Amino acid sequence: MDIFDILGPIMVGPSSSHTAGAARIGYMARALLGEQPVKARIHLHGSFAETGAGHGTDRALVGGLLGMKPDDLRIPAAFEVAEEAGMEYTIDVVDLREAHPNTAVVEVWDKTGRRLQMQASSLGGGRIMVNQLDGITVSFTGNYNTLLIRNQDAYGAVAAVTGQLSRMRINVANMSLCRHKRGGDALMVIETDQHLRPLQVDTLRRLNSILSVTYYDKEDDDA
Amino acid sequence: MLDSMQGIITNSEETGKPFWEVILEEDMTERQVSRQQSMTKMLSVWQAMEEAADSYTGSRRSVSGLVGGDGLKMRQYNRKGKNLSGDYMGEVIAQALSMAESNACMRRIVAAPTAGACGVLPAVLLPLCHREKLSQQQILEALYVASGIGAVIAHRASISGAAGGCQAEIGSASAMAAGALVALRGGDGRKIGHAVAMTLKNLMGLVCDPVAGLVEVPCVKRNVIGAMNAVSAADMALAGIESRIPVDEVIDAMGDVGRRMPVEMRETALGGLAATPTGQAVKEKLMKQ
Repeated sequence: MDIFDILGPIMVGPSSSHTAGAARIGYMARALLGEQPVKARIHLHGSFAETGAGHGTDRALVGGLLGMKPDDLRIPAAFEVAEEAGMEYTIDVVDLREAHPNTAVVEVWDKTGRRLQMQASSLGGGRIMVNQLDGITVSFTGNYNTLLIRNQDAYGAVAAVTGQLSRMRINVANMSLCRHKRGGDALMVIETDQHLRPLQVDTLRRLNSILSVTYYDKEDDDA
Repeated sequence: MLDSMQGIITNSEETGKPFWEVILEEDMTERQVSRQQSMTKMLSVWQAMEEAADSYTGSRRSVSGLVGGDGLKMRQYNRKGKNLSGDYMGEVIAQALSMAESNACMRRIVAAPTAGACGVLPAVLLPLCHREKLSQQQILEALYVASGIGAVIAHRASISGAAGGCQAEIGSASAMAAGALVALRGGDGRKIGHAVAMTLKNLMGLVCDPVAGLVEVPCVKRNVIGAMNAVSAADMALAGIESRIPVDEVIDAMGDVGRRMPVEMRETALGGLAATPTGQAVKEKLMKQ
């Protein structure tokens, strides 16, 4: 926690956890999809479900999906903006087991029909944690530049990626790897100190055993 | 590492650097930024506070309809010239109400240290700034002092109502505001420490009991007591009055009280004002909407 977590964030009220954090969750889902979703299903858990409407949690999540950051004055009008932008959305309540009280599950679709499902929690002070991505358990915050790399569960995939990052002089701050089952898909989450350029991300995409690469640049969320 | 008030005070005395500069240098180390970058970011915080104050009209109401318009009412009353609090304190009250209402009405504010307590610090600084034409440098120094105090409290105790009750939110905001005021009047680190100790002592035990779980009742008006408490503690410290309990021990005691506070009194809306018949009725009415 630095001094600008104390004096900040600069945000639309009324609650750093229920409004600013919710906007960041929506923004993160949009960033991971890579574009503005055409359709979204938002499921609220715990305190998000109970006091979400009074805190504008619903509007903040929709606003985030539309690219609004926590300080965007359009958040109160997010539902209207979604309608103008042609983004369909539904919001309902879900009861998750063993989840943080301020948690949302966000399903989003792009115009080709590709779907992304993300579960994330708002930890307080506007800080968030992504807990699940397409059913795989993860934990990252968006406080670092983050690479999400889907790979075949085969030897050498991790070495290929980290070797390439090393040649690009990109330092890995944190890293995790999870797979569904042996020989299937796996997901690497790599947080880096340096920013990656689009060309560098493309280079990673062309490596053997790599199925897809999503990159989240932390400057995007410098609110 | 901003982990004790005494640490900052000792550092300041040993190096001869003012209190605020110790905190600025800590930020430069922590975030690996230049002095200029840090100060530019702090200026954006101040500008956001000013913009939030300027954009208040008093016409907005919160989602629940419970709050809005009281800041304007207070200002209109102040203008009649017969208020008990005087010019500065009258405007402190009006500004605390306005900013906290803006937060409840989904306007843009600066969490300081939380959104629910966002009115306290600007409420004491903005009226002083208008009355005395403070320089930008003076304001930035005061904001560094406030942020350092908040960081120490977050480290040793808590700044979250869910973890430590309202004393951790409005109490911390009040301590930050008091320290900022002492620094603006040229008080040294020790005086800042005494002001922080006195503010926290005077709000110790305050519970977090929001009606219907919303950041509205009693949060908006509690910003006023946070701000007025800060002004009185700052004046006491500047007068040479000292806290008998050292500041870091007071912060630790506040943290201890927060940990022992029943969960019903920590933002769950199950106790205190939230549990009153009227509080319950408000909640039921909102659920039906």
